[in-house]
Amino acid sequence: MQADLLQAALYAVVLVALAVPLGLYMARVYTGDVTFLAPVEKTLLGAAGGGGEQSWCTYAVSLLLFNAAGFALLLAILMFQNVLPLNPQGFDGLSWHLAFNTAVSFVTNTNWQSYGGETTMSNLSQMVGLTTQNFLSAATGMALAAAVARGFAGRQVRTVGNFWTDMTRSVLYILLPLSLVLAVVFAALGMPQTLAGSVDATTLEGAKQTIAIGPVASQLAIKQLGTNGGGFFNVNSAHPFENPLAITNYLSMLAILVIPVAFCFTYGRMIGDRRQGLALFAAMGVLLVAGFAALYAAEHAGNPLHAAFVEPVTGNMEGKEQRFGLIGSVLWAATTTAASNGSVNAMHDSLTPLAGMVAMLNMQLGEIVYGGVGVGLTGMLLFVIITVFLAGLMVGRTPEYLGKKIEAKEVKLAALTLLIMPIGVLVLGGLAIAVGTAQSSVQDAGPHGLSELIYAYTSATGNNGSAFAGFNANTPWHNTFLGLAMLLGRFGYMLPILAIAGSLGTKMPAPPTAGTFPTHGTVFVVLLVATILIVGALTFLPALALGPIAEQVSMLAGTTF
Amino acid sequence: MSQIRATLVLLAVFTLLTGIAYPLAITGIAEAVFPAKAKGSLVEVNGTVVGSRLIGQSFTSDRYFHGRPSATSGTDPNDPSKTVEQPYNAAASTGSNLAPTSKSLAEAVAARAQALGPGRQPADLVTASGSGLDPHISPAGAYAQVERVATARKLAPAAVRTLVDSRVEGREFGILGEPRVNVLELNLALDKLPPGGAGS
Repeated sequence: MQADLLQAALYAVVLVALAVPLGLYMARVYTGDVTFLAPVEKTLLGAAGGGGEQSWCTYAVSLLLFNAAGFALLLAILMFQNVLPLNPQGFDGLSWHLAFNTAVSFVTNTNWQSYGGETTMSNLSQMVGLTTQNFLSAATGMALAAAVARGFAGRQVRTVGNFWTDMTRSVLYILLPLSLVLAVVFAALGMPQTLAGSVDATTLEGAKQTIAIGPVASQLAIKQLGTNGGGFFNVNSAHPFENPLAITNYLSMLAILVIPVAFCFTYGRMIGDRRQGLALFAAMGVLLVAGFAALYAAEHAGNPLHAAFVEPVTGNMEGKEQRFGLIGSVLWAATTTAASNGSVNAMHDSLTPLAGMVAMLNMQLGEIVYGGVGVGLTGMLLFVIITVFLAGLMVGRTPEYLGKKIEAKEVKLAALTLLIMPIGVLVLGGLAIAVGTAQSSVQDAGPHGLSELIYAYTSATGNNGSAFAGFNANTPWHNTFLGLAMLLGRFGYMLPILAIAGSLGTKMPAPPTAGTFPTHGTVFVVLLVATILIVGALTFLPALALGPIAEQVSMLAGTTF
Repeated sequence: MSQIRATLVLLAVFTLLTGIAYPLAITGIAEAVFPAKAKGSLVEVNGTVVGSRLIGQSFTSDRYFHGRPSATSGTDPNDPSKTVEQPYNAAASTGSNLAPTSKSLAEAVAARAQALGPGRQPADLVTASGSGLDPHISPAGAYAQVERVATARKLAPAAVRTLVDSRVEGREFGILGEPRVNVLELNLALDKLPPGGAGS
């Protein structure tokens, strides 16, 4: 227990120590003050010819066009991998629905995987298809955050920056250099990196063991840094090739959260008021620590149904790897669901019920507990709008944020996004139950079956990508509707926040007066956290009561299914 | 129009840069600097690849230490249309994904524990790993098997226990992860023990 908490504390300290300087560096990247690759950047953007400053509308059009083209390219690669090179195992092309689901999944930074990597994807698909989108979907989210920060900070301007420039800088100055370093470190620590497809071994007992292998280290680095989460192998970072040591586990967890945390500081710097960024950092931090504590407590208590047969010291080890132990798995589960990363190093389906519920709730809050790269910050800003609106109602003043009046238009747009998670989870999930496709895909009986379904649609809408993997999602129905949920959960948040940023950019900030409600400091952080929890709880408590809570009660009563 | 051009140019350039140049550069570096690791940390005995030190393998004989239960499956060698249990299938990783309230999980845990002996057993020996390929067991899980292995090999238990002692890996840097024993490496070392004599 003590050793566990020490590992968690060390993680928090190193994470923040890395995120602060990175965040300030990223702010300089987006203001154009980092220039060590300026010739490359100029050549690229010159050839692309994407024009100068863009209004929020044009910015959105560029973003959507770029994502649509990336989707089309990836879809083609996946469907025709059988006739393309670098397919050492001779895998077939993907079915239309699996290709649609996977292409949407990687373009929306979700990396939900309805397939098992080592049994489905050629090396070309993994590298040229998936790794490319790991970079570009991350860069899209980061560009969005930069544009939104400019809008919030703007003084009567009609533009929010240039998408092509922001996206290019995100790759060249942030994602690519960090990935190069991390991939080499990962390779040095034992992750394979080869173009071979598999190796045959003869085990000590004389059996044949075929070991799948491939360019793992390069994909793993960007998978974590870009909050993508799509594994090379079916079991993701539980696979010893994706995560051979406790130190790779630790570095991976740092990579999962470092850019999302850094964005709080990037934001503070870009709007010229670091206290605002700190407030967001603190609110997210409170939620992360609370989620981790609940997850740890539930898993450490172990499974009472197995208590007669299992030494109690290690807690629940079903679906976990010995080298990480309980703490390395629980800390990962908390960060990956909070960060919209979705890579897993333990099977979430086998988490004890309340631990599984925390993982779900982390996503259902809207993936704003640091969240995905860029989009975690912008998602949190939507809650900030709602919070200042509520605070304004309470004191009867026009709400303000950063000295700008928050008016009906902004509040309506922000409130609209509160509907996205319920539509994706409750409406689409309910539809699957109504037509019977949920029942045929769940693995476990009893309340856990419902949890598997809720988890799948939550993960897709939250663009997380982790799964209760007993759920068979690779059917035409679920591939299609989970794909739609991912699109809704991506662009349904992006466009409103970009519109709000565009609108705020045109306003002139008023100097604070005695009556201004400050959006930094403890009172605001408490209000913000309360708003997030109330919205999340009101929306999902009934569904969670039927799934994980009912299962917890059953488990304590000694009932199995 | 300019937007479409920018889309096509940047998508093409970044596909080349991040989808081809980046993984190939890492492959080049890894194969040059860490060739053994790049190829999967394979273990050879007398010129034959016997496995990877990172990937667990199935041990069923009493003469070897056993790894953790594995939930992987594979194609039935007698009937390719069927899928059968195939522990440590390193071409198709998976966990059991069974629910905490699963009846079949509770039964499996009970059966595995009872096979090991009366009372409570180390958690790693009765629960399936996440990957189905976990190369490690806990030190307690290794010590729990010493008697069986020693008897099967007609070795003194003390000699086998000493061997396990020498194979326990502590937490990395003294703080990260859990103490563990690599089962394949332990069994390779076991095969090298002189028969009978060492522990007398």
